[in-house]
Amino acid sequence: MGTNRKGPGEPTKGVTRRGFIGSVSAGAVAAATGVARRGEAVPEITAPGEMVQVALTINGRVHRLLVEPRWTLLFVLRERLAITGTKAGCERGECGSCTVLLDDQPRYACMMLALEAEGAEITTVEGLLDGEELGEVQRAFVEHDGFQCGYCTPGQIMAAEGLLRANSNPSTYEIRHGMSGNLCRCGAYQHIANAVEGAAGIKKAGGK
Amino acid sequence: MKDTHAYHIDGAVPETPENRPGPETWRETTVVGTRQPRVDAYERVSGTAVFPHDVSLPDMLHGAVLRCPYAHANVLSIDTSEAEKMPGVQAVITADTPGADMPWYQRRDKAYGRLFDKHCRHEGEEVAAVAAETPLQAADALRAIKVEYEELPFVINDDEALAPDAPPVQDGGNLAGEPSVRERGDVAAGFAEADVIVERTYKTPCQIHAPMEPHGSVAKWDGNRLTVWDSTQGVFSIQETLSRALGLPMSNVRVIGHYMGGGFGAKLETGKYTVFAALMARITGRPVKLFLPREDCFIVTGNRPANTMTIKLGARSDGTLTAMEYTSLGSNGAYRYNAATSTMAAYLYQCPNIRTEDTTVYTNTGKARPMRAPGFPQCAWSLEQAMDELAAKLKIEPVAFRLQNLPEKAQVRDGMPYTSNQLAACLQRGAEAFGWEEARKKKPTEGHLRRGVGAAASFWVYSGGPPSTVIVKLYSDGSVNINMGASDIGTGTKTWAAMIVAEELGVAIDRIQLEHADTATTQYATSSGGSKTVPSDSPAVLAAAVEVKKQLLRYAAEQLEVSVEDLELRNSEVVSRTDPEKKVAVTDIERLGRQGVVIGTGYRDPNPEGKVTWPFAAQFCEVEVNVRTGELRLVRFLGAHDSGRVLNRLTFDNQVFGGITMGVGFGLIEERVLDQQTGAMVNANFHDYKIPTMLDVAASHACLPIDHPDHEFNSTGAKGLGEPATIATAAAIGNAVADALGIRVTDAPITPEKLIELLHAQRKEA
Repeated sequence: MGTNRKGPGEPTKGVTRRGFIGSVSAGAVAAATGVARRGEAVPEITAPGEMVQVALTINGRVHRLLVEPRWTLLFVLRERLAITGTKAGCERGECGSCTVLLDDQPRYACMMLALEAEGAEITTVEGLLDGEELGEVQRAFVEHDGFQCGYCTPGQIMAAEGLLRANSNPSTYEIRHGMSGNLCRCGAYQHIANAVEGAAGIKKAGGK
Repeated sequence: MKDTHAYHIDGAVPETPENRPGPETWRETTVVGTRQPRVDAYERVSGTAVFPHDVSLPDMLHGAVLRCPYAHANVLSIDTSEAEKMPGVQAVITADTPGADMPWYQRRDKAYGRLFDKHCRHEGEEVAAVAAETPLQAADALRAIKVEYEELPFVINDDEALAPDAPPVQDGGNLAGEPSVRERGDVAAGFAEADVIVERTYKTPCQIHAPMEPHGSVAKWDGNRLTVWDSTQGVFSIQETLSRALGLPMSNVRVIGHYMGGGFGAKLETGKYTVFAALMARITGRPVKLFLPREDCFIVTGNRPANTMTIKLGARSDGTLTAMEYTSLGSNGAYRYNAATSTMAAYLYQCPNIRTEDTTVYTNTGKARPMRAPGFPQCAWSLEQAMDELAAKLKIEPVAFRLQNLPEKAQVRDGMPYTSNQLAACLQRGAEAFGWEEARKKKPTEGHLRRGVGAAASFWVYSGGPPSTVIVKLYSDGSVNINMGASDIGTGTKTWAAMIVAEELGVAIDRIQLEHADTATTQYATSSGGSKTVPSDSPAVLAAAVEVKKQLLRYAAEQLEVSVEDLELRNSEVVSRTDPEKKVAVTDIERLGRQGVVIGTGYRDPNPEGKVTWPFAAQFCEVEVNVRTGELRLVRFLGAHDSGRVLNRLTFDNQVFGGITMGVGFGLIEERVLDQQTGAMVNANFHDYKIPTMLDVAASHACLPIDHPDHEFNSTGAKGLGEPATIATAAAIGNAVADALGIRVTDAPITPEKLIELLHAQRKEA
């Protein structure tokens, strides 16, 4: 692998299509894109169930494992590594329950193959903990009751974490906009918005 | 009352032992009623909470279900031979698998189909299931199963189901029982008395529950003992269904549901998927996890049926209601449910002459399930808009018009008194807090942005009661364990239980441990649905804590050699009222030290006889409509709620805002769309079936609890809140739109397309 290492100043998130095709076999390409582009050399076809190696950096720890090219990052996190804080809600990029940070950006883990995440710093909700201590955003969600059933909550928290890393002082509109990619059927939105605002305050105060 | 169709308990409610003597009423509270973060908040925000979907067992297989793609079809043959040879496949089951052909029940003794029914009456009916090493292998195997279907003519529209040539969904035809009729007084005379009459037909969409955690289970056998982790609202009801389906004693079936990702009524029934998982786990000798893809959840795990309601309402010019006629039509889907909506129309306002008629039909669509206040938001959409229209014709301010027509007694049977009814306070104090009068005056009529305000009132009919048993254990160091069977479906059940014990025993919240929702280790409770968990289980929690306290006082009395009546529990000490020098710390009570634990068992007392114990609400909102685009923006919302005593103000607010959010979806956004040519659902995903996002709800929500403890109802004085929070919402929005535009929108959801059409028609008329 190693085709998607970040060069200096290179804003890559995930892999380029060309690098991706060169690095894995057509089974993954078919799964990722559905078609191989004309004129490109067609790589060897991976049979279903055939495994390829990947190294994933998750919450600061490198996991080396074999994956089917068609496995999503979400599947690998939950079903292969048992890092289950990240939830599966729709597995088609619509609900946001599986939001994780790739480098500092919120991404839906169901919409990304595990292979594509190689080379990035993946942060899940567990990665916000410091030992057993909750992170700033997590504490704000507790204090403001920013959830009900809790199922969408890890995704909401990661979306909020990503938002605040990009914008430490978001306006009400920016919070509403930044969090609108994460569905909550319990309808805890008002409290989630309060929690994001609270988290911004905690972060500004240096985590106090 | 037979109106409690949605959360049915067969037969009479069982008697439970009476609490010896009942707990004293709290005069003042220091914990109950405060804003308490949840006791399980850490688990829910850290990712350590294990939801059923997170359960992963050694050697576990993954299941998947093959479903009928047609709205109506017979399965002629199934060939699973290819699928069985696929990589990783360990089990394939169909109706022909030994042990997999069994009747399927809705309630005790009432089979309505089979586990695998070869007569598929709606899209998505179960045809086969597989278990494989990975979920993708299971999905691959489904595609390799060859099924020969005979397609049958189908009917998917409610109004066509009763046509003479409509294809029958069920053997007895498409009328699901005779229409249910309720009559009071003389409707014709009532309308003759009326000076003003309004009449309209309203429609509401079919709404899908869509909890964020998909439906599913993990099943594991140890010999003939089965353990199931299920995303459910009630572990005991799942245990009962599974034991019957699998022919096991209930003691051999353990169902665990510690965390679950939302239900809203969809997760009250046992899913066929749970039985599939159990059957395939037994065949393979390995645990099986079977969770449904999101698309399946949309199609087969229930819905709030669409309803068509015609309401005719008459009043005298002084504003007194004289008559109401209400008819409602809705569909079960393909199997038995009840799509009635009339209950709230019959009882919300004082009206001497009424006739209501509910018709439920069968259609070739997914079976409905109770959804957050079944029938009530639909009824509110029609009733509360009709009330506003009538008020406008009478030139009476709409809140005053409602206040004028509130009943003194519930009009159930010949009039039943309420244990408490603060609906007037909800309306009055809600209007005051909202700034209703001023907001009604300020109405820009120029420009493209028009503002309007609307209000709507509601009650909820199901109020909880026995049975419920709770055990509270106090350890020798004074810390506490609460053991209760109820599920915490996100409402904060565990937290208010801890608050009640903290209040009664003076123990800090963080010294309280909760175990719940496990049929093997926790006490029996009914399912968490119908807004009845608080009123059913909170008195049992209190009774158990009181029982512990009584024992502590008795042991302390022996030790201090004073009479037990002289003692009270204060700040973890037992102190003499007459001689404060005589005291002992709880942890120094010798008998507690010797026993290691004090155990108190609490039961839910029966409800008062002949009384109505409903919660009430009034909601207010302000909308802004762009008359060029038809876009509607919710400016603000206020919920004024009489749910008796507030146990936890923090989760109370959250519940009110959450109910409003779901009502916003119902009123403005959500609608199941069926393809007329195939009968298939075309928007079975979150992209095409929209639920509200943070941008769709108002940026400002307010909650006004009336906080009136109802001690005649139960010992904690608390009533339910989950369903009341969503009933009035859509109707309040409809009234606000009418206020803003002078247009009465009869068909929910109020989409920009509909508003543009109606605005266009309005301009044409002008």
